[in-house]
Amino acid sequence: MIKSNDVMAYGALGVLGILGPILFPDYTLSIAYLWMMVLMACTWDTLGGQMGYNSLGNITFFGVGMYVSAIVQISFFYDGGVGEYTSAMGSIKPEFTDSEYFLGLFWGILAASVAGLVLSVLFSSFMFGLRGPYFAIGSLGLAIAAAELTITIDYVGGASGISMPLFPGDIEFRSTFFYMLCFGAAVIAHFLLRWLYSTQFGLAINAIRDDEDKAEAMGIPTLVYKRIGWGIAAFFMGGIGAIAGNMAGFIDKEVAYPVPTFGIFMVAMVLLGGKGTLWGPVLGAIIFHVIKETTWTYLLNLQWVALGLILIVNIVYFQQGIMGWLQAKFPERFGIVVDPSTTQVGSRQGGDGQ
Amino acid sequence: MSDPIINVENVSKSYGGVHANVDITMQVERGSITGIIGPNGCGKTTLFNSIVGYHPIDQGSIQFDGQEISKLRVGDIARLGMLRTFQQTRIYSKMDCVDNMQISVSHRPDSKSSIFASRKGEIRDRAEHLLEFVGLYSKRNLISGDLSFGQQKLLELAMALMNEPKALLLDEPTAGINPTLINGLIDRLRRANEELGITLCVIEHNMRVIMNLASHIYCLSNGHMLADGKPAELQNDQRVIDAYLGGH
Repeated sequence: MIKSNDVMAYGALGVLGILGPILFPDYTLSIAYLWMMVLMACTWDTLGGQMGYNSLGNITFFGVGMYVSAIVQISFFYDGGVGEYTSAMGSIKPEFTDSEYFLGLFWGILAASVAGLVLSVLFSSFMFGLRGPYFAIGSLGLAIAAAELTITIDYVGGASGISMPLFPGDIEFRSTFFYMLCFGAAVIAHFLLRWLYSTQFGLAINAIRDDEDKAEAMGIPTLVYKRIGWGIAAFFMGGIGAIAGNMAGFIDKEVAYPVPTFGIFMVAMVLLGGKGTLWGPVLGAIIFHVIKETTWTYLLNLQWVALGLILIVNIVYFQQGIMGWLQAKFPERFGIVVDPSTTQVGSRQGGDGQ
Repeated sequence: MSDPIINVENVSKSYGGVHANVDITMQVERGSITGIIGPNGCGKTTLFNSIVGYHPIDQGSIQFDGQEISKLRVGDIARLGMLRTFQQTRIYSKMDCVDNMQISVSHRPDSKSSIFASRKGEIRDRAEHLLEFVGLYSKRNLISGDLSFGQQKLLELAMALMNEPKALLLDEPTAGINPTLINGLIDRLRRANEELGITLCVIEHNMRVIMNLASHIYCLSNGHMLADGKPAELQNDQRVIDAYLGGH
């Protein structure tokens, strides 16, 4: 995309990001979820769009991150640890001071991100032997297995979940605080990926997408790139999981591993906006979220039908998504042009190929 | 005087009951252009695949630059400095030509490329220079999959040169390229050999091309090494004429 469009997009998103919760305070948490979905879409696209590995299991890192942060936040300042806390089934409500809460949250988010990263490295050691649909289903299996495993662990409350520490502040401040976290995380993720895609890393994962065997034959250390790509996604998914858990206030299997909702949404958003593009996931997430919230409000009971319909139209008529469609329609605006200034003999010779 | 960069000794490879390569021995001299000819299905591409590590060989030894490589895998061999192009052209079809070139830089340990290196500057200059070398400069911003077949073939060659390999194995580089372009391609291959110092090993069916290009030619037939020698010697070798060139 050309530069001036980028500036306009950042301007518009910046205004929405900063003024949104000020102008529409009732929707602060809803817009926070919007940024969370932007982050999910962008990080899913690293593997799914840019590298061509459709992971249906990124939600695993989200859930694991959520639980890891809960363990860290509670164990840090409650002597009994998570085990005692959870076995009391919510009857223990330890009072955290403000600084304890925020320090715990900080370490919780950090630990959750690192946990996601470590887990992805572990998964990488066997998952990247799989390609195409096998990788997709295999990664989905990871998410389901992680969810089922979690409820067998009594230490983290088993099936009855964990009540997260209470936020020390009023409800408006709570919303604004988590809003800022979500917005900040999405901004960091976007700019990190934007930079990454401008380096050799971006080209390498595109090459893996287009022809992995060729990339291998050209000496590209494909496994290294695949690990880094998934690691980045896992790092952010772990962190946002920690934030989401605290926003929800109570976590269990359903909150931590929303495979049929967020797990699928993140794929749908990228397909809608245009996979393998910088702006596609952002655009897709915004449109998807707005439609989702609107239909939830005005078409209650039919919201899933509406979402399904959008998916079908997207898949059948706009497989490349909005950005992909724009690129096919207006290639010159994306710099895909024959350079008219070159008329050397050599150039023409190449142009005469069959 | 013999200084082979690729040394194949007694290599055999079977697929089930098909003996694709039987006891093949050949050398590619450093800095030379070596040709491989033979009828369809005689085992030329199998031999290429064995050399670059696409499949394990049944027996024998393959050395590259003095190092045994018959147990190494494709990526490892490529990072030693030996690349191959494909009979069915393979490029990164959804990326533009410049991007195809830029990601084809060497990934050898001694190369300066790094995972998070910027794509501007020296790498881009060299990419554009090589695109000009193969005559694709004006199309550098087009998506490579939209190029014609012949142009894709030239792009694949340029990508291989971008990597600055020590040796390059070309599988039918002129197949599907129109006759006027073939001369240009021969010229470019020769220049890559002379100016960039890249050893070439070429599978080719076009006799005019290979006889002009190669200094030494091996002829395979039914998985066996039938004969080898200078182009003129091979052209007059009765076995080669019977098996491949035909009696006229």
